[in-house]
Amino acid sequence: MCDQSYLSLEKLTLAYGDSVAVADLDLSVRRGELIALLGPSGCGKTTTMRAIAGLLPVKSGKVILDGEDMTRTAPNKRAVGLVFQSYALFPHLSVYENVAFGLRLKGMKGAELDAKVQSGIASVGLAKFADRKPAELSGGQQQRVALARSMVMEPKVLLLDEPLSNLDARLRLEMRTELQRVQRETGVTMIFVTHDQAEALSLADRIVVMKNGAIEQIGTPEDIYNRPTSSFVADFVGFENIFKLEDGALKTENGSVPLSVAPGSDAPSAVGLAWRPRMVTLGTGPFRGTVRGTSFAGHSREYLLDSALGPIKAEVDASEPVHVSGSDLSFDLPVHKAAHLSRIA
Amino acid sequence: MTARSLFVPATLFLLATFLIGPFLIIVAASFSAGETLAFPPQGFSLQWIVKVFTVESFRASFAMSMFLAIGGTAAALVLGIPASYALSRYRLPGAEIIRTIVSAPIIVPGIIVGLSLLRYVVVPFGVGITLALFLAHTALILPYAVRVVSASLDNLRSDIEEAAVLLGSSRLGAFFRVVMPNIKGGILSAFILGFVTSFNQVPVSLFLSGPGVRTLPIDMMAYMEIVFDPSVAALSSLLAFLSIGIVFAAERFLGFSRYV
Repeated sequence: MCDQSYLSLEKLTLAYGDSVAVADLDLSVRRGELIALLGPSGCGKTTTMRAIAGLLPVKSGKVILDGEDMTRTAPNKRAVGLVFQSYALFPHLSVYENVAFGLRLKGMKGAELDAKVQSGIASVGLAKFADRKPAELSGGQQQRVALARSMVMEPKVLLLDEPLSNLDARLRLEMRTELQRVQRETGVTMIFVTHDQAEALSLADRIVVMKNGAIEQIGTPEDIYNRPTSSFVADFVGFENIFKLEDGALKTENGSVPLSVAPGSDAPSAVGLAWRPRMVTLGTGPFRGTVRGTSFAGHSREYLLDSALGPIKAEVDASEPVHVSGSDLSFDLPVHKAAHLSRIA
Repeated sequence: MTARSLFVPATLFLLATFLIGPFLIIVAASFSAGETLAFPPQGFSLQWIVKVFTVESFRASFAMSMFLAIGGTAAALVLGIPASYALSRYRLPGAEIIRTIVSAPIIVPGIIVGLSLLRYVVVPFGVGITLALFLAHTALILPYAVRVVSASLDNLRSDIEEAAVLLGSSRLGAFFRVVMPNIKGGILSAFILGFVTSFNQVPVSLFLSGPGVRTLPIDMMAYMEIVFDPSVAALSSLLAFLSIGIVFAAERFLGFSRYV
C-alpha cells in the first residue's frame, strides 16, 4: 500500500443479508482529497459510504483510516462525519444545539463550547439563525447546518450523501463553492456520493465510477470525461457511439466494418472504441449513412444516422449546412479522437 | 327560513342533546337537596358533593383507580415504547401478527377479557386481586400506548439516530437524546388516553374485583345497589369534570388531537 493512503478500503465486501451489494472493493484515498463515488442507483456507492461510516457491518475486507484498522470500530468512535441527503437535523433542537450536540458528547462546555459552536455556525453563514429550529430554515440552510454540525467535530473523513441533488440550480452552485471552500480551509478528506456526473466532474479531485457493486474506473475528472476505459463509463459520460473492436475492424451485428486507420499503438489492448456525437465528422469520410432524424439544439444540431455500423449519433455546429431527413451522406469516426475501451459490456 | 335550512341546525341540536343531555341531568341531580337520585332535582344544595368525600369506600376505591390508571399506564408505556420502536424501525418477521395481538384487548369485548383472565389466569395461578387488576389494566392500555407511540415514531425520520451516533452518541443514548424528545407529545397523549381508559374501565374490573379491593366505577355500582342517593351523581360529575379538565389541558398544551 502506498504510504500516502489515508483511507483505504481493502477487498471490501458488503451485503444486506444474503444479497451482496459491494464485492471485493479496493480503494485508496489520500489525505485531503475530494473523492466522488459516482454511479446509478443500486451501484453500491451509498452502501460503501455507509460502511466507511460504520453504519453497515463489513462482511469481509478492511476499512483502514489514518493507519488504524477501523473495520470493527463502532460508528461513534470513528471520527467520520456524514452529511445526510435528508440532512437529518434534530428537529427538537435549535441550530445552535444541533451544532453543539457532538461537542457536548465529547465533554466540551462553557466558553470553549460556545466559541466553537459560534464559529461553526458563522463559517456557514448562519450566525443570525442560531436560535431557529430546523423546520424554520430552507433546505439549503438546513444542509449548511448539517455541514457545520459535522465539521465542528473535526472529522478525519467527511462523507456527503448526494450533497447537491436536493438543491435548485442557484443553491447548487453556492453549495459547490461552499464545499470547495471548506475543503480548502480545513483540508478535510471528503467523499461524496452522487448519481450526477456533472456534480462529480465539477467538484471532485478524483472520481470513482461504480457499477453493480464494483469499481468501474478511477480517475481525475479529465480522465473520466475524456478517457473512459469501459463502455459503461463511456456511455455514462456521453460517448454515445460505442463499438467493439476486433482485428482493426469495428464489429457490428451485421459483420465487420474495417477502419481506415488502425487504432493507435498507445492502446494495443483496446477491445472497443467510443465517440461522442461531437466527434463524428459529417460530409466527408469512408462511411455512408442515411439521416433518420435531426433536431436543433441551439448552438448545435443533432443527427441520427442509419449506417452499416448501426445507428450513429452525430452533433455538429448549427452553422454547418443542414442535412434533411432521408438524405445520404458520408461521415467519419476519427480514430485519433476515439476513447479506447479495455472493457466492453 | 326554509325547511332545508332548518334541517342542519335541528339535527345538530338533537345530536348534542343526545350526547350531552344525560350528562347535564347527572350534573343537575348532584346539586339536589332531596334524599334520592331524581330529576328534576329537588331544591339546591352542595351536601351530596360534600358527602362524596366522606364515604370511606369511595376514598379507597378512588385510590385504587388512580393507582391502576397511573401505574397501569406507566407499565404499558414501559412495555409499549420499546415495542413500538421495534415495530416501526425494524422489519420484524411476523410484525403484523404482533401488532394484531397487541391490539387484541381493544377488539375483544371487555366481558370476555375479564372472564377469561379470571378463569384461566387469576384462579389457576392464585394471582392476588390487586396484582390481577394491575396486569389486566396494563394489558388493556398497551394497545393505546403502542398505537399512539407508533404513530409519532412513524412521523420521525430514523436517520437522525444515525446522525446522533456519528456525532459520538451510543445507540441507546441516541434513543434518549433524539428519539424521546421528539415523541414526547405522543407519549403524553398515550398516557392520557391510557389513564382515561383505565379510569373508566368497568367490565374487566368487575370480574377481577374482590373483597375490599374495587375500582371506583365498580364501587359506585355497588353503592347504588344499596343506597340510592344523589352522591353517586355528585361523584360522577366530579369525575367527568376531572376528565374534561385533563383532556382540555392536553389539547391546549400538547395538541392532543394530532396523536389520537
